[in-house]
Amino acid sequence: MEKIITIENLTFEYTRVEDGAAIRALDNVNLEIDKGSFTAIIGKNGSGKSTLAKNLNGLLIPTSGTVFVDGYDTADDDSIWEIRQRAGMVFQNPDNQLVSSIVEDDVAFGPENLGIEPEEIRRRVDKALEEVNMGQYKQKAPHLLSGGQKQRIAIAGVVAMRPEIIIFDEPTAMLDPKGRKEIMKIIRELHEEGITVILITHFMEEVIEADRVIIMHEGKVLLDGTPYEVFSQADVIKKANLELPIMVELGQRLREKGINVPEGIIKEEEMVKALCQLKSQN
Amino acid sequence: MSIKVTKLNHIYDKGMPTEQAALTDVSFEINDGELVGIIGHTGSGKSTLLQHLNGLLKATSGSIEVGGVEITRPGVSMVEIRKRVGLVFQYPEYQLFEVNVAKDVAYGPRNLGLSEEEIDQRVREAIALVGLDYETVKDRSPFELSGGQKRAVAIAGVIAMRPEVLILDEPTAGLDPKAHKDILNMITEVHRRTGNIIILVSHNMGDIAEIADKVIVIDSGKVVTVGSPLEVFSQGELLKSVGLDLPPITEFCNALGIKDTVLDMEDAVGKIVDLIKE
Amino acid sequence: MIRDITLGQYYASDSLIHRLDPRVKIIATLLFIIELFIVDNFIGFAICAAVLAIVIAVSKVPLSFIMRGLKPVLFILFFTFALNIFMVKGEVLWSWKFLHITREGIQIAVFMAIRLVLLIIGSSMLTLATKPLSLTDGIERLLSPLAKFKFPSHEIAMMMTIALRFIPTLLEETDKIMKAQQARGADFESGGLLKRAKALIPVLVPLFVSAFRIAQDLAMAMEARCYRGGENRTRMHEMKLRKRDFIAFILMAAFLAIIIIEARMF
Repeated sequence: MEKIITIENLTFEYTRVEDGAAIRALDNVNLEIDKGSFTAIIGKNGSGKSTLAKNLNGLLIPTSGTVFVDGYDTADDDSIWEIRQRAGMVFQNPDNQLVSSIVEDDVAFGPENLGIEPEEIRRRVDKALEEVNMGQYKQKAPHLLSGGQKQRIAIAGVVAMRPEIIIFDEPTAMLDPKGRKEIMKIIRELHEEGITVILITHFMEEVIEADRVIIMHEGKVLLDGTPYEVFSQADVIKKANLELPIMVELGQRLREKGINVPEGIIKEEEMVKALCQLKSQN
Repeated sequence: MSIKVTKLNHIYDKGMPTEQAALTDVSFEINDGELVGIIGHTGSGKSTLLQHLNGLLKATSGSIEVGGVEITRPGVSMVEIRKRVGLVFQYPEYQLFEVNVAKDVAYGPRNLGLSEEEIDQRVREAIALVGLDYETVKDRSPFELSGGQKRAVAIAGVIAMRPEVLILDEPTAGLDPKAHKDILNMITEVHRRTGNIIILVSHNMGDIAEIADKVIVIDSGKVVTVGSPLEVFSQGELLKSVGLDLPPITEFCNALGIKDTVLDMEDAVGKIVDLIKE
Repeated sequence: MIRDITLGQYYASDSLIHRLDPRVKIIATLLFIIELFIVDNFIGFAICAAVLAIVIAVSKVPLSFIMRGLKPVLFILFFTFALNIFMVKGEVLWSWKFLHITREGIQIAVFMAIRLVLLIIGSSMLTLATKPLSLTDGIERLLSPLAKFKFPSHEIAMMMTIALRFIPTLLEETDKIMKAQQARGADFESGGLLKRAKALIPVLVPLFVSAFRIAQDLAMAMEARCYRGGENRTRMHEMKLRKRDFIAFILMAAFLAIIIIEARMF
């Protein structure tokens, strides 16, 4: 598998404003991300997951260690724009990342910065807006849209730059359930089209959609593997003050009661199937 | 102390071309000491309703009675209403402004015109009630605290006004799972200790099912149904029709073909064990 | 509601005036203002008013909409009128104690009032018939030759774009914070000036905190989208002068010529 991101011994420190103390947000992190994969990163606030995300497109530069994106070193000033074009980022607050008071002009902002020809920008903007189902809102003002719609515009703005990777930094944290579902659907579709997705989230129902889960804790990688592998380690997860996906918790409780559902079930459909099998055996 | 809302109507921009009915004939009752959940999708009129209960918006018609006092009657002072009904807005940490936590929490009580001793006592009590240690946080800037702590301080700012009814608009929005749980526990703890009415607006059906005594469902400015969580969440079809989900565990048990409505993990485990062994 | 406030009062329509290149409209507005100060007799003002009337008719902006814009400046209008009518010296027509009304005073006062009214209507036509964003684009491009002299024309236009984008957001934020503080017993409506000013502190502090947070988030989002100033930046909407723009230029030149000749003749 081709690696699109390689992180070697990444340590990141910043100075706390209040007392000037040096805080180590990331502590010797080593990771590789496969091209075309869907990775979810979880961890409680202050675990370093957002800092990690911002190190992936040169918004933050490692204190020590290196981050390579598609072969480019993020610490190298000359390649920073190459990196940011390849690794797009969608942020948490839907309001604070839109630049223009007209939807289509906002989506055009990224491609304009890349110096792309006007006709090509037009094509990309139209296509990106269609992809997030916002085609009919081209001329609208962002402040009149719902949170979910604004977040879709933000995604279109990144998609129009034709990135290889999109890093989603808690994109659904401020949305209602409807908006959250819309955004997850778009993330799934983008992944199916071959974009490498890195999703930082608190919501377990979003995590189980990924093919790899990384749990951050106190600046280090605590667990890393398929959802199956990671969520089989319920004790470690609980110790990190995180929730378990609801089906994992249910499976655990059922096994305690002598119902032998297999370990590592994370999705509802699988659990229904397993329970129906058990029932027919009785 | 109880709340009685009768035929409450609110029309935005009445008489203008943009006229829009935000609330239509909203009626419900809340009994003494109940913890009530209000659910409805974004734009259903929940926020408009909350602002009426606190007197921030004036009803076009209808009445709201809180503890026997009709707060919708002209001439009832705002101070009087706010002594009775405390409202915590969404993302309340964005309202913090003082140099330290103690002063910020004291802002509400001070506006009520209380004595310094009374204010001090209430501030200590409110900070303790939201699960923070008065001595450690009182001199800290509210802007230095963690997300969950900031929110707790903002909630304390309203609790310190000792309202007989406490309303919280999505108090857990945007928090991580740990802080989410802390705030939820804090709400049940405040409810247990004060015994007052608490009204909680949330998109998280699991939370509502877990802690509410009564659930009010709102859609397009109307009350769709009122009942216990069990009654409300057994009407899955109705909730879907107004764009709401069931709690995940309820949904799952329905999918398994369990006839009874299940609201929590404990119950689900028991019911599934019965189902397999029968 | 607070979110209905639109800055610059744009009136959406698809008229010929709306479709003109924003640069043409900016130049035309500037010329019109200059012409108003060249004119010094009734015929000249009548010509200006007629031209403006034609522009308004073509733009399809309702007259009532335009008149609304005059209301806030009525006081200034009245004040300058009064000032001129009493202060200008000349042939006295009427006097009472220290107040004198002169023939020259009346003339200047009336001219100044007409001038101001035409000026306000004329310049409001620019914002009424041009989208705010096209306006900032137009300004950026008109000023771009100055970039050679290190004039930050792109930066100024970017700042205007961002201001347009975030004014509604900040208004909403202000509304939310005010309501939240009211729920905590804040009183913004009673008391003297000092008390009211003090009551605003709990609104202003959170508002500034919000504004800084927005600025920080936005800066990071812009950087992530490869923003690096105006250099090498292309635009989706290219500005191309079309036939109608050239016709507009010719008409503007003709109008200017008439005004200059007229001013010399009388």
